[in-house]
Amino acid sequence: MSYDALRHFADSWGLLAMALLFLTLIAWPFRPSARARNEEAANMIFKDDEHG
Amino acid sequence: MDTLVAKAGGWLGLALLALVMAAVAVDAPFAVHMIIVALAALLMLWTTVSRADYEAIARGILKMPADQGVYDDDPVRWGVVATLFWGIAGMAAGLFIALQLAFPALNLNLEYTTFGRLRPLHTSAVIFAFGGNALIATSFYVVQRTCRARLAFPTLARFVFWGYQLFIVLAATGYLMGVTEAREYAEPEWYVDLWLTIVWVAYLVVFTGTIVKRREPHIYVANWFYLSFIVTIAMLHIVNNLSVPASIFGSKSYAAFAGVQDALTQWWYGHNAVGFFLTAGFLAMMYYFVPKQAERPVYSYRLSIIHFWSLIFLYIWAGPHHLHYTALPDWAQTLGMVFSVILWMPSWGGMINGLMTLNGAWDKIRTDPIIRMMVMALTFYGMSTFEGPMMSIKWVNSMSHYTDWTIGHVHSGALGWNGMITFAAVYYLVPRLWGRERLYSLRMVNWHFWLATVGIVFYAASMWVAGIMQGLMWREYGDDGYLVYSFVESVAAMHPMYLIRAAGGAMYLAGFLIMVFNVWATLSGKVRAEKPMTETPYNAAADRPLAPVPAE
Repeated sequence: MSYDALRHFADSWGLLAMALLFLTLIAWPFRPSARARNEEAANMIFKDDEHG
Repeated sequence: MDTLVAKAGGWLGLALLALVMAAVAVDAPFAVHMIIVALAALLMLWTTVSRADYEAIARGILKMPADQGVYDDDPVRWGVVATLFWGIAGMAAGLFIALQLAFPALNLNLEYTTFGRLRPLHTSAVIFAFGGNALIATSFYVVQRTCRARLAFPTLARFVFWGYQLFIVLAATGYLMGVTEAREYAEPEWYVDLWLTIVWVAYLVVFTGTIVKRREPHIYVANWFYLSFIVTIAMLHIVNNLSVPASIFGSKSYAAFAGVQDALTQWWYGHNAVGFFLTAGFLAMMYYFVPKQAERPVYSYRLSIIHFWSLIFLYIWAGPHHLHYTALPDWAQTLGMVFSVILWMPSWGGMINGLMTLNGAWDKIRTDPIIRMMVMALTFYGMSTFEGPMMSIKWVNSMSHYTDWTIGHVHSGALGWNGMITFAAVYYLVPRLWGRERLYSLRMVNWHFWLATVGIVFYAASMWVAGIMQGLMWREYGDDGYLVYSFVESVAAMHPMYLIRAAGGAMYLAGFLIMVFNVWATLSGKVRAEKPMTETPYNAAADRPLAPVPAE
C-alpha cells in the first residue's frame, strides 16, 4: 500500500470506522440493561470491608 | 538444592558476563554501567545464597506455598518506600536546578552538575522514579482489591519492582555521565531502553494475569486506566526508541528516524507519555482512592467510561501541538491543535466525576486533610487540562512556545495533579499496608497540604509572569523594524521570577519532607498525641428538655 493510498483510506473509511467504534463504546454503558451492572461495578470496591 | 545451585550459578554467570562487557567497553560510561549491572547480579547472588532455608532443603521439605487468604502486598510496600525515596532525590534535584537558573555559579564548574545533565535527572526522577513507583505500587494494590485475587506470578512481580529500580539507577547515572539520546522524557540509551522493555512486558504480564484470574465479574474502571497506561507506554517506548547502536559495547546509538519525522515521533511519544503515564495512570489512582477515602461510590460510573474512551481515542492525536510553526506540515499542526482542544471536554468530565463523588460529603474537606489533597489534585487536573488546550491553540502558542509559561503549565499539572494525588494515595495506603491504627499525625498532613498548595501557587504564578514577559520581549519590534530587546536582556529580566519559583519549589519540597517524616514515624508505630482536626460541639448544659416553669 502506497503512502497516498494509506492516507486516503485513513481520512475516509478509517475515520468512519474509528468514529463508529468510538460512538458504540460510548453508548454501550447507556443501554437500559446496563444500569444495574454500572451500579454494582461502582460499589464493588466497598465489598472488601476488612481493609476499610 | 539443585535449583539453588542453578540460581546462584546463573547470577554469578550474569555478573561475570557484565564484567566482560565492562572490560571490552568502547567508552567509560558503558563500562561503569556494566559494573553496576555486575554489582546488581552479585547482590542477587548474595540474597539467593544467604536467604535460602538450608535446613528445609536438607530435610527435603518443599517450600510452603504463600497464604492464598491474604493479598500479596510486599511489592506494594517496597513501592511506597521507593516512591518516597526517589521523590526526595527528584524534587531536591529540581530545586537545585531552579537555583542554578537564578545563580548560574551553582553549576559548580563541573560537567557532572551542569544544568543540561541535571535537568533530565530531575524530570526522569520525578516522572519515572517517583511517579512510576507510585503507579506500580498502587496498580498492584488496586488490581488485587478490585479483582479480589492475589497477584498472578509473584516472582515476576518482584522482578518488575527490582528491575525497575535498576532501570532508574542506570538512567540517572547515565545522565550524570553525559549518556543521553537527547529525546525528551526518553533520554536513556539503547541498552537501558531494552532493559526497560523487558521489565515493562513483565509488568504487563503480572497485571493482565491478575485480571484474568479475578473473582469479580466486572473489571473495575481503575483497572481499565491502569491497563491502558501499561499497554500504551509499551507501544510508545518501543517506537520512540527505535535506534541503531554505534557499537554493542558502547553507550551511543543513532535514532531510526531523521528530521521532522523524528521530531514528530518524539512528540507523539512525549505528549502521550503525559497522556498515558501522567494522566491515565494517575486517573486510575483517582478512580479507586477518591471513592474509597470519601466512602462513597464514584459519582457516575457511565461518565467514567466516557472519560476513558474519550482519552483513548483523542489523546493519541494531540502530540503535533508541540511542533507549531516548524517544518511539520500545516495540516498536522492543525490536527494536533484541534484534538487538544477537543480533549478539554473529557478531561473536565473526569474532573467533575471525581469532585462530585464528594457530593453529600463535602464536610470532609474540612475534617479530612487527605480528601482535601484529593480535591486540590482534581482542581489542578482541571486547571492544567484547561491551560494545555489553550496553549495548544496556534495563536497562543506563537507567544507561549519556548517560554517559561510551558514550564509553569507542566508543573501545575505535575505538582498539583500528579503530586497531590500520589501523596493522598500514599497517606491512604501507609496505615493499611503496615497495619497501623492511623497515620502518625493528621495535622502534619495538613501542613504538607498547605506548603504544597502555596508552593505551587508561587511556582505557577511566577512562571506565568515570566513566560508572558519573555514572549512579549522576544517579539517586540521598534519603529525602525529591529528587535527592541536582545535575548540576554530577557534573561536578566527573569531573575526575580526565578527566585520566586525556587521559593515555591522549596516550599513544595519542605511539605514533602514533612510527609517523609510522618510516614517514617507511622512505620515505627508512633501515634502523635494531637488535637483532632475536628471538634464535636457539645454543650451538656443546653442538652436537656425544656422543664415546665410554674406560672407566677
